[in-house]
Amino acid sequence: MRHFFEHKEHLVRMAVLFVVGILAFVVFREIMVPAGFGEYGHFRAGALDDVRAHPVKYAGQATCVQCHTDIAEQRAQGKHAHIGCEACHGPLATHAEGKSDEVPTKPDPRATCLRCHTQNVTKPKTFPQIVPAEHSAEGPCTACHQAHSPSLS
Amino acid sequence: MDETRRDFLLKTGKFIVLSAAAAGAWEAVVHGQPDRVPEAYRLLDHWWAFTIDIDKCIGCGNCVYACKKENDVPLEPQFSRTWVERYHVNPDDMEHPEVDSPDGGYFGFPEKYAGQDGKNFFVPKMCNHCATSPCVQVCPVGATFESPDGVVLVDKSYCLGCRYCVQACPYGCRFIDPRTSTVDKCTLCYHRITKGLTTACCEVCPTGARQLGDLKNPNDPIHAFLRDHKVQILKPQMATGAKCYYNGLDGSVR
Repeated sequence: MRHFFEHKEHLVRMAVLFVVGILAFVVFREIMVPAGFGEYGHFRAGALDDVRAHPVKYAGQATCVQCHTDIAEQRAQGKHAHIGCEACHGPLATHAEGKSDEVPTKPDPRATCLRCHTQNVTKPKTFPQIVPAEHSAEGPCTACHQAHSPSLS
Repeated sequence: MDETRRDFLLKTGKFIVLSAAAAGAWEAVVHGQPDRVPEAYRLLDHWWAFTIDIDKCIGCGNCVYACKKENDVPLEPQFSRTWVERYHVNPDDMEHPEVDSPDGGYFGFPEKYAGQDGKNFFVPKMCNHCATSPCVQVCPVGATFESPDGVVLVDKSYCLGCRYCVQACPYGCRFIDPRTSTVDKCTLCYHRITKGLTTACCEVCPTGARQLGDLKNPNDPIHAFLRDHKVQILKPQMATGAKCYYNGLDGSVR
C-alpha cells in the first residue's frame, strides 16, 4: 500500500486531467445540444412547434358553412353534399379570416367540372363521367346543371 | 380520544370532496371560462393514421394541387409531398404493371388506356407515417423523427441535407427542397390536424377516397373503416409500421 502512495503525484495529475476532460465534455455538450432535445425523443421538442407554426391556407368545410348557410343547404340536397367547398373554390383561409379584401373568384364553370367528370377508363366505373365533346361541345356546364346540387335545373 | 371513527371518516370525506371542488374551481379561474378556451392539443391523446380507398379515387389531382398550395411545395413535379399514380395491369403480364404519373397528377390524367385490355386504377401516394420508420433510423443528427402522436416530421433548422433519409424511404416520399437544401416531406398537415382541421388533401378530395384518422380516438370513423374493409399497407414485408391503410390495393402495386 505504501508503495502505491509513493507516486501519488501521478495519480493526482491523472485525476485533474480526467476532471478537466469531463468538464470540457459537459460544457461542450451544453453548447452543442439545442434546448429541448430529448424531451420527447431523439429530436428537438421545439421542432413540433416550428412545424405547427405554418399558416393554414384551406379554411376547412366547417368554417365556410358558418356564413354560407344558403349554399350549404342547397349542397346538402344533391350529390355534391360531401365535397368540400375549397375543392372547387380553392384555398380561402384569408377570406374566411377577413384579413384580405380580395373577393374570391368563381371557379371556371366548365374546366372545374371536367376535372372530375371527363370520361377516363382508369376512373371507377360507378363514378358519373361524360365525354365532353358528345355531352356538350362547349359552354359552361352551369347552363344546365346547378354546381352545388348538380341535378338538371 | 373523543373523536369517533364516524367523525373522522366524515371529516376526511368532506375534506377530499371539497378540495377536489376547490381544485376544479381554481382550474376554471386560471383558464377562464371553459367554453371560451380552445382545448389545448395534447400529444399523447392522438395517434394519427390515414386511409386511402383505391375504389373511390378518380385521379382528379385535387389532393396534389391542394398539398402544394397549403404547404408551399415547389411546383415542379419532382417535388411532391403527395402524388397520384395510374396503374395499367396487362393480363398477359400481371407482374409488371405500366405506371405513370404525369406531373404527379397535378393536372389530372389525360386518357391513355381506352379500349385496351387489362385493369386500370389510380393509387394516391404519400408519406406512410411509419411507426418504426427507416428514414428516422438513418438520420445522423436527429433532424427527422416520429412525433409522440405518430407523425414523421423534419426539424428543418437541424437537417443537414445529407439525403440518407431520401434513399432510406422505401416509398420514395422524400425530396430535397431546392430553396433550403433541406429535406421536405408530407407533415400530415401537422399545422392543421393539431388545430382540429383535417389535412388539405382530405379537405379537397371530392370522393372521400382519402381520410385522416386518429387511432386513439374511439369515436373516429377510421375504426369502422378498418373493421369493414380488407385493407393493406404498402410493402408490408419491410416492417416499417406504415399507418397509411389502402382499401382495394392490387398486388401489382409497388
